[in-house]
Amino acid sequence: MWTIRRFEEGVEELFSYDLLHGTMHLSIGQEAVAEGVCGALADGDMITSTHRGHGHALAHGADPELMFAELLMKDTGYCRGRGGSMHIADVKNGNLGANGIVAGSMTIASGAALTQVMRATGKIVACFFGDGAANEGSFHEAINLAAVWDLPVLFVCENNQYGMSMSQDRSTAGGSVAGRATAYGIPGVEVDGNDVREVHDATADLAERARNGAGPAILEAVTYRYRGHSQSDRDLYRTQEEIEEWRSSKDPLARYEGWLKESATLSDEAIESAREQAQDAIRLAVQGALTAPDANIGDLEGAAYA
Amino acid sequence: MPEHTTYAEAVNAALRLLLSEDDRVFLAGEDIGVYGGAFGVTDGLVGEFGEDRVRDTPISEDAIAGLAVGAAMTGMRPVVEIQFSDFVVNAMDAIVNQAAKLHFMYGGQVEVPMVIRAPGGGGTGAAAQHSQSLEAWFAHVPGLKVVMPATVQDAHDLLLASVLDPNPVIHLEHKLLYKTEGPFEPRAKIADTPARIGEAAILREGSDLTIAAYSIMAIRALEAAETVSDFGIEAEVIDMRTVKPLDMATVRSSVKRTGRLLVAHEAPAPVGVGAEIVAGVVESDALDYLLAPVRRVCGVDVPMPYARDLERNAIPQTENVVEAARELMKS
Repeated sequence: MWTIRRFEEGVEELFSYDLLHGTMHLSIGQEAVAEGVCGALADGDMITSTHRGHGHALAHGADPELMFAELLMKDTGYCRGRGGSMHIADVKNGNLGANGIVAGSMTIASGAALTQVMRATGKIVACFFGDGAANEGSFHEAINLAAVWDLPVLFVCENNQYGMSMSQDRSTAGGSVAGRATAYGIPGVEVDGNDVREVHDATADLAERARNGAGPAILEAVTYRYRGHSQSDRDLYRTQEEIEEWRSSKDPLARYEGWLKESATLSDEAIESAREQAQDAIRLAVQGALTAPDANIGDLEGAAYA
Repeated sequence: MPEHTTYAEAVNAALRLLLSEDDRVFLAGEDIGVYGGAFGVTDGLVGEFGEDRVRDTPISEDAIAGLAVGAAMTGMRPVVEIQFSDFVVNAMDAIVNQAAKLHFMYGGQVEVPMVIRAPGGGGTGAAAQHSQSLEAWFAHVPGLKVVMPATVQDAHDLLLASVLDPNPVIHLEHKLLYKTEGPFEPRAKIADTPARIGEAAILREGSDLTIAAYSIMAIRALEAAETVSDFGIEAEVIDMRTVKPLDMATVRSSVKRTGRLLVAHEAPAPVGVGAEIVAGVVESDALDYLLAPVRRVCGVDVPMPYARDLERNAIPQTENVVEAARELMKS
């Protein structure tokens, strides 16, 4: 989780130096959802991701240097500079890609899950989507199809409580995304998305169920993004008090470290060392990416086709 | 002697071959199982290959196209059906923002080898929401290929070629062609298909003018060419076969021989594929060979009407091509 946070703080810093092109969407504060879900998946399981997908990619095994290279418009980046922050895929590691269209990856996840059934691979697909995506038509079509065909896909609603500015209270009838599972006859489980252990355990249960042929489920992990929707956000739709309350009392990293100490799982020194390791890895990744060759203009013509 | 069959049966035979030979291929769509599809094109396939490989879907066009993307990315070769091409509007995100983009946007990490089959075109009395010719929409999107077979043999061969292609292919079949009959040689293996995406066919040679058309208008152009031949006009008829990519080399070469160009398609003219064909000629040295202004014969720029006479007049007919060809020879 520290790797994700330090990565995104690194992205902010690079942005402030004007080294990036375009905007980016940070998931600082939401790290426990990515880590809790991906940490509970088995080797070979796949994910689909969202426009706010840095954490998903890293938690699923992406190399931060290749992610920085992508953001820094380098030929060595995951997408050779063609995708950017919003579209990082790491297919070799089972990340079928971040998606700039809200709910855009949901039907794709059902399709990838169909492959697992037809090929009898025993693998599952975890489909990350935001609370805003729950009001897209694709949400319904993807989940209904997965449910009628018992596809091994876990729909993970990373509920950070806001679309760009519109709160879930104002946007979502019924108030609960997990609650909508009832309509599809599948399990819907809501967890504290800032408690990585709770996210992990719920994912493990629902993933096992899907793997055994019992079909899809919705996992709703309630969390909070500390940063704005993107770089243009002035936070006019929420209060500083609300943001500060989440940061000071519900931070997923502080909570997990607290548990590690209380349960005597890790010593203070070991925790400090883990933080430093994350910091060092990110520093090295940035350095490596900065010196990589730029995206290649000469490759553009014809590149739309395989 | 090759046997005769219908366009729909030729598609069906291609699907059967694909399912038999390649276990990565599966079909999905609305009512394609026991019902056999709205036009009977998938008749009998579910009985032969089972519900795992011939999948009836809910009425969810977005999910049909999206599942094809996800399955194609992970190693399958989905051939999905959109029951009427008009319904692709409900699947446009999956087609335009996903299928077309992912290979490029993810830096070549994935291929999306999927085929969307969809019946298009008018003439059935189904009016505005079941009769459109939307090929220009797809042709305008980088990353998609668009195939529109006119003949029975091409309905078979081009579908095989579409599945062999590593890119998303929109395979538009004209509803009025489904029952047309023609010579047919079924391929024994998928790779036996001689059709190549991006390769036009000269259906009839002629020295006086070039008619470039596709789908049902290639058939009407051929009929028109026989008619004008009685008036001493020999038209060369080119069936474009695919509208993305366009085989402009064949059109340019023909125009250099004939000096006149007529383009025909059922879709309305504005910003249509015909404009692209014309541009591809006038941007080249074939321009110097033109003896007369180019002409387009296209659908009227209105939603497809219902009443028989209204519909017939909204769609270019053989006589409209005849008339345009004769006028073109006068100029």
